[in-house]
Amino acid sequence: MSETLPSAPARAGLDGADDVLVRVDNLVKYFPVKGGGLVSRTVAHVQAVDGVSLTIGRGQTIGLVGETGCGKSTLARCIAGLIPVTSGTVTFEGQNITNLPRRRMQPYRREIQMIFQDPYGSLNPRRRVGSIIGDPFAVHKTATGSERKKAVQELMERVGLNPEHYNRYPAEFSGGQRQRIGVARALALKPKLIICDEPVSALDVSIQAQVLNLLADLQQDFGLSYLFIAHDLEVVRHVSNSVIVMYLGRVAEAGPRDPVYDAPRHPYTNALLSAAPAADPDAAAARQRIILSGDVPSPINPPAGCRFHPRCPKAQERCGQEVPPLEVKAGDPATHVTSCHFPVQEGEVLARAGRTAGRPQR
Amino acid sequence: MSISELEFQAKSVEDTPAQAIEGRSQWWLTWHRLRRDKLAVAAMIVIVLIALCAILAPVFSAITGHSPTAVYPNSGLAADGSPVGPGSLFWFGTDNLGHDLFVRVMYGTQISLFVGVVTTLIGTAAGVSIGLISGYFGGWVDGILARVVDSVLAFPYIILALSLAVVFGPSLTIVIAVISFFSWAGIARVVRGQTLSLKEKEYIEAARSLGSGPWRIMFIDIFPNLMAPVLVLATLNIPAAIVFEATLDYLGLGVQPPTSSWGNILAAAQSYYQQAWWFLVFPAVALVITTVAFNLLGDGVRDAMDPRTERVLAAGRGRRKRRRNLARPTGGPSAQYPDPPRQPSPGSA
Repeated sequence: MSETLPSAPARAGLDGADDVLVRVDNLVKYFPVKGGGLVSRTVAHVQAVDGVSLTIGRGQTIGLVGETGCGKSTLARCIAGLIPVTSGTVTFEGQNITNLPRRRMQPYRREIQMIFQDPYGSLNPRRRVGSIIGDPFAVHKTATGSERKKAVQELMERVGLNPEHYNRYPAEFSGGQRQRIGVARALALKPKLIICDEPVSALDVSIQAQVLNLLADLQQDFGLSYLFIAHDLEVVRHVSNSVIVMYLGRVAEAGPRDPVYDAPRHPYTNALLSAAPAADPDAAAARQRIILSGDVPSPINPPAGCRFHPRCPKAQERCGQEVPPLEVKAGDPATHVTSCHFPVQEGEVLARAGRTAGRPQR
Repeated sequence: MSISELEFQAKSVEDTPAQAIEGRSQWWLTWHRLRRDKLAVAAMIVIVLIALCAILAPVFSAITGHSPTAVYPNSGLAADGSPVGPGSLFWFGTDNLGHDLFVRVMYGTQISLFVGVVTTLIGTAAGVSIGLISGYFGGWVDGILARVVDSVLAFPYIILALSLAVVFGPSLTIVIAVISFFSWAGIARVVRGQTLSLKEKEYIEAARSLGSGPWRIMFIDIFPNLMAPVLVLATLNIPAAIVFEATLDYLGLGVQPPTSSWGNILAAAQSYYQQAWWFLVFPAVALVITTVAFNLLGDGVRDAMDPRTERVLAAGRGRRKRRRNLARPTGGPSAQYPDPPRQPSPGSA
C-alpha cells in the first residue's frame, strides 16, 4: 500500500540470470470484499498479493513456498493471466503481458501453461482423455484430425501413459496417472514456462517422486522453466534452483536454494524449515522446533510494518511500524534477499523456552 | 526417467489390449441401467409403436381406403345423421361429419409427436444457451436473463396464444411458437444453476489457461456435464408439450379442422360423446398413452442418469420410493403448463 515496497534491485529469483524469461514487478492483487445489501459496495480488500517482484530465468525452476493463504496461488494465476492484476507488471520475454485482453493474450497462453493441484478436479470428467490432451491443439488450431491424435498419443507416451487409453475417461485413471494427463496437456503446445500449482501435494509420496522425476526429465528435454508452488519444503528443495518464501502476500525471503535452506535469514523461513519433518530420527530429536503462536492474520486487515511481526519470536517495536525492505543481508550472496529488520544470524537459537511447554513430550 | 518408464512398461503388460481401448462412457452406463428398467423399456416400446402409427398413418389410410379429411356421409353416418360406432369398416367409428376416426387419430399422432419433439428441441436449445450464458457470464447479463425467465414463467400462456391467434390467425406455427416460448424458461433456470457451480471447477480454469474462449468453455467444457439433467428435462418436456398442444387445439387456437389433431377431435367430440363414446375415448386414450409413456421414460432416464443410484445390478427395485426432485427444482416441467384438457371422465361436458 502506501508503505515502502521492496525497491527495484531487491528481486526474488535469479536476478543475475542473463536469460530472463519472466519478470514480475511489484505485482499487487487485491480482491474486493463486497458488503451486503441491495447495492453491494466494496467494503474492504483482501490483500492477496502485495508488491511481489520476481524473475524467472530460462530453464530455471523457482520454488514458491509459504503456508496456505499466503498468496502463492494468486500470484501464479496473475502470472498466467487468469485473473486481472490490480497493479504491477508481468513481462514475458520482454513483452508486457499484464492484463492483456483475451485475444492478445492468446500467443502467450501457448508459452505459459499450468499444472493444477487437484488431479481429480482439473480434468473434465465428461471428456475423454484424448480430447482433454488434444484441447490445446484444438484451441490454438495447430493440429487437426489424425495429426492431432498422433500428437496426443506421442504426448501420452512421453509422460508415461498408455497411448491406447486415448478413449478413456479421467475417472478410469489413478491420481498419479491423472496428474500425468495434466502434465501432457500442459506440455502439448511446447510452452516455455509451466506454472505448477502444488502439482504433487495431492499424491502419494511414491507417486510424488515419479511425477517429480517426470517433470525434471521434461525440463531437460524441452528446456522448460518452472514456477513450482508447494508447501512441502523438501519437494521444493529437490526441484528448485532458487526459492521464494512468501508470507501474507509479501516475499519474506528469496534467493538461491542452498543459501536459503542452509542459512535462512528470515525468522519465518527458520520456523518453516524447523517444522519440516526430518527423515533421520536422531536429527529430528536434536533439532529445535520453532513453534509460532497464533494464526496467520487476516489478509483483509494485515498487520502494519512487517506482516510477520505479531508472530515473530524476534519482533521489536520497530517491526510494527516500518516495513522491512527486501534487501541483501550482511554475508549473503547478492541474490539472497530478506525482508527483516533483525535477520537471524547463523547459530542463533530462535526456539523460545516455554513455547513448547504445552506440547506433549516425545 | 527410469521410474516412469518402468511404470509405463508395467502398465502395458497388465492391461490386456482387448479391454484397454474403449472407456465406458456415461451413455453406455445410462443405456445399461435403462435397459434393466422394465417400465422404461415398456415405455420405449410404446413410444416406438406410437411413432410407427404416426409414420404409417398414410399406410393406414390406404388400407382402410379412407382419407383423413374425406367425409363418408353414406357409410359413415347413421340414418339419423349420428356417428357410426367402431366396426370392421370404421375401426374407431366415425365423427359427427362422417370422417374415419381411426385414420384421423393416426394422423393426429403425427401432429402431436411433431409438435412435442420440435418444441422440445427449440425450447431445449434456447434454454441451454440462455442458461449457460446467464450462469457463465453472470453480472448484469445474468440479472436481465433471470428476470426474463421469471417473466416467462409467470406469463399467462392463454392470453399470449389468444392474442397471437387473433393477430396471425390460428395455425400450427403459432402453436409451435407459443409452446417453444413456454418450454425454455424452466430448462434455462436449471442450466443456469448448474453452470454457476460448474464454472468454479478447476478444469474450467485449466481450459481458460489453455486459451479457450467463453463460448468454447460453455459448449465444450460445461455443456457435456449438463447432459444428464438436460436430457431428463427434455424427455419430460415432450409429454407436457403434447398436452399443451392438445389444449391449444381444443381451444381452437391451433390446428384447424379439417386437418386432424387430437385436440380438435376432442373439441368436436364435446357435444357428441353422450351418443358416441368412441368419438371422445379414442383420441383421449391416445393422448393419455402417449403422455404416460413419455413421462415413464423420462423418470427412467432420470434414474439411469443419476450415478448415485448404482442400480446396474439391482434394477427396478424401489425406484418409485426414491423418486427425487433432482431434475425438477421448479416443481416439475409440467408445472409450467396449465392443466391438461379435460380428460374423458363421464359427465364433464
